[in-house]
Amino acid sequence: MTASIERAPAVPAPEAQADIDREMAELKRAAAGKPALLHPARDYAPYRSSALRYPKNPLVVVRDPEAVELSGPVFGVTDTTELDSDLTRQHQGEPLGERITVAGRVLDRQGRPVRGQLVEIWQANASGRYAHLRDQHPAPLDPNFTGVGRCLTDDEGRYQFTTIKPGAYPWRNHLNAWRPAHIHFSLFGTAFTQRLVTQMYFPNDPLFAFDPIYQSITDDKARERLIATYNHDLSSPEWSLGYRWDIVLDGPSATWMEEGR
Amino acid sequence: MTAPTPSQTVGPFYGYALPFVGGGDVAPAGHAGAITVHGYVYDGAGQPIPDALLEFWQTGPDGSTTGAPGSLRRDATTGAVIGRNGVDFTGFGRVPTDADGHYVLRTLPPGDSPYISVCVFARGLLHHLFTRAYLTDSAEDQLLASLAPERRATLVAACERDRVYRFDIRLQGDSDEETVFLDFG
Repeated sequence: MTASIERAPAVPAPEAQADIDREMAELKRAAAGKPALLHPARDYAPYRSSALRYPKNPLVVVRDPEAVELSGPVFGVTDTTELDSDLTRQHQGEPLGERITVAGRVLDRQGRPVRGQLVEIWQANASGRYAHLRDQHPAPLDPNFTGVGRCLTDDEGRYQFTTIKPGAYPWRNHLNAWRPAHIHFSLFGTAFTQRLVTQMYFPNDPLFAFDPIYQSITDDKARERLIATYNHDLSSPEWSLGYRWDIVLDGPSATWMEEGR
Repeated sequence: MTAPTPSQTVGPFYGYALPFVGGGDVAPAGHAGAITVHGYVYDGAGQPIPDALLEFWQTGPDGSTTGAPGSLRRDATTGAVIGRNGVDFTGFGRVPTDADGHYVLRTLPPGDSPYISVCVFARGLLHHLFTRAYLTDSAEDQLLASLAPERRATLVAACERDRVYRFDIRLQGDSDEETVFLDFG
């Protein structure tokens, strides 16, 4: 018995929330004196999984992206079905949880609508569990909820999903780490350079302050752009609560280049 | 200019949402001109990354940049992905790395362009990374010409045999190892 214990690999004690909090506060202070970053720094250490996955060499600035980079994949009616945007109707029964409508517009940095482009979402169920084999959080799976949706933006750049509010869930960044409730979004613009994958959060989540993924955006204003707004006009009587979230895609596009910077 | 929505990591659980059957089969089935581009995605310790997602975008064989819809064509009755229609060249590929950190893309050579555009997502990566997989080491290419030889080499795929190219991506490493990633501003 003793021998096997001695041979067991040393497992470092998990770090405490207080350690992560201290690091996050330091990085926020350090960022305060500099121009605000619009995106998270890839080397944001409190998110421990980033340690070996960020480039150490500076990115090479391409001031004149080529025609292919200023164009991008196109999607059409064959790429989605009508049911894809209603995550509550993909199974025999109704999923458990608080039914919500999430709607908004996809725009470029000039405020112009991104039309006919693919929006994809995925999320945990109301208990905070993903329908993914590797998610071992001991919360119940919901046989009536997969948590995957997609739609195309309309001519005004609008998208809309019906789903349920996802639950918060634990992860192993540090001891007692919990992710605030969020919906993952994947977005395409007219240019490949505008590609975006991000997460939408819900207002007033008590877990915001503790989450190194959310806090990786060190500028307050930038970070708050990820929070949807409760919108009573979007709520349906006796049916669902409405959240509005507009998305602005970064990066140059062909029209942006034509107009000159 | 309106401020952009910040990026967040794709996380570990996109696997049942974003990848689709045939995502790496951009070349129409049975096309005699198809090429294979494959490789590994590595982290800063040289370990393969099993939870990265790669997207590819390129010109058509005729040099066009317009693409075509139908990359993830679906059956309207069952919702299942039924694959590309075998006629149109959509120009778009999406491939998750496997448990070995390996990916395979089957496509047609890009026309009027020496490279395929690549976008990398991964758990642990808070903001995606762009690069270019060059199939030929073009002397006239502006980007390649601007790079030191050891950096330039990270962007050029090795031709392993006829129509098979190897393009590895290293997210972190010394300057002769780490892939050159691009900032489009």
